[in-house]
Amino acid sequence: MRARWPALGLALLAGGVAAGEIGPSERRSGRDFMSAETRAMQADDNSNPGMLWVLQGEQLWSDPAGSKNLSCASCHGEATESMKGVAARYPAFDDASGKPIDLAGRIARCRTERQGAEIPAREGDELVALTTYVAHQSRGLPVAPPADERLAPARAEGRRLFETRMGQLDLACASCHDDNWQGRLGGSAVTQAHPTGYPIYRLEWQAVGSLQRRMRGCMVGVRAEPFAYGSDAYVALEAYLMSRAAGMAMETPGVRP
Amino acid sequence: MGAALLALTAPAGAQPVGATDVPTLIAYEVAGDAITGPLGGTRGDADRGAKLVAERQKSLCVLCHSGPFPDPHLQGNLAPDLKGVGVRLSEGQIRLRVVDMKRLNPASIMPAYYGLPAGERVAATWRGRPILEPGEIEDIVAYLVTLKDE
Ligand code: HEC
Ligand code: HEC
Repeated sequence: MRARWPALGLALLAGGVAAGEIGPSERRSGRDFMSAETRAMQADDNSNPGMLWVLQGEQLWSDPAGSKNLSCASCHGEATESMKGVAARYPAFDDASGKPIDLAGRIARCRTERQGAEIPAREGDELVALTTYVAHQSRGLPVAPPADERLAPARAEGRRLFETRMGQLDLACASCHDDNWQGRLGGSAVTQAHPTGYPIYRLEWQAVGSLQRRMRGCMVGVRAEPFAYGSDAYVALEAYLMSRAAGMAMETPGVRP
Repeated sequence: MGAALLALTAPAGAQPVGATDVPTLIAYEVAGDAITGPLGGTRGDADRGAKLVAERQKSLCVLCHSGPFPDPHLQGNLAPDLKGVGVRLSEGQIRLRVVDMKRLNPASIMPAYYGLPAGERVAATWRGRPILEPGEIEDIVAYLVTLKDE
């Protein structure tokens, strides 16, 4: 038992306080915790199932939609140029609503306001595919949260939520992802909860899903009432997770167990 | 490990000895770092306890703990191995740890199995009830005291 339960447990017990945030040199993508097979699946575009969503998003990018019959391309041209690095700096501050907005929210806004289409469902195929396609244009680029002071309150709120014990199991995100990231919960690596691969193809879902869907899973896991998709709370958590991952490489579409 | 044991036992002496005052839970008495008497007055059944400990969705024990249980590859390592726990701890000490580990270590990640939920936003299904019922806790305690091989 001594060998299996090293410094981690001791730090929790002896200090009586949370071990705190992960130092920059210790940061590791969720990919580094996966099996060699899953890593290989992510690395090869021919075997990465998330690429199907990228292809679907590419199609949607140039399909005219809505009452104005405009496509994303009508305004933004080639996504490979115009969308490069965009996902790496979201959530961003949205002047219209006066609060931070995440990438999926931004795309949904274009869909309704600029194209005159219906509000796309948060985890629906269309929005997930478009978000995956746009985020894929940042693959390999460093996460670059904007130096926008107006985002500071959301980041602080995200951190507060991350450190708040929730649910019947009374666990905070930080209990696992800051204090026990090297451990295994049941058969799963806990990881540091970096948002670098999103939207991801999750083997358990057999589909691509958003960062919010992944966070929902953890909230349900601790028997907490999850936040609503698109809520300020989730956007705040996203803003915090992105600031925690500043400088790490984007991987979209990541593959996770 | 020395530091850990100290941290585990030190606050216990400082705890007030007495019954909980939560109306919907049955009262129990904490003496030092133990609850000597069975919750509800009756001891449990070790076989039922063994099954419960292995139930990942219900008791959740193996998500964090390893031990002499089925499916070792699905056991977590966020907590001490429960092998030999029946030698290290008395029945009453085990009972308090399962009932409410946070009395001994407020920063523990181990949920209080017989307390009212302390976290925010508890989902409706789980609101206002403990994770396990007294009888289930007694079954688990009855099983853990049999784990004598270290
Ligand atoms: C009890 C432990 C636990 C808690 C509490 C927890 N998580 Fe997780 N989380 C996990 C595990 C285990 C995984 C990996 C699951 C898998 O791969 O199947 C994970 C995965 C994640 C990931 C995916 C990381 C990646 O590389 O793709 C994110 C993001 C995440 N969690 C965020 C959160 C947030 C936000 C909270 C709080 C609202 C939270 N988690 C609470 C255990 C936890
Ligand atoms: C989310 C993690 C988690 C879960 C779930 C969990 N425990 Fe624990 N448990 C711990 C940790 C961590 C410790 C170490 C003490 C501490 O944190 O203060 C511990 C300690 C213990 C101890 C004392 C062990 C020793 O050698 O001193 C016992 C007994 C115990 N747990 C039994 C259980 C049982 C039985 C269950 C399920 C009904 C369970 N635990 C569920 C995390 C957990």
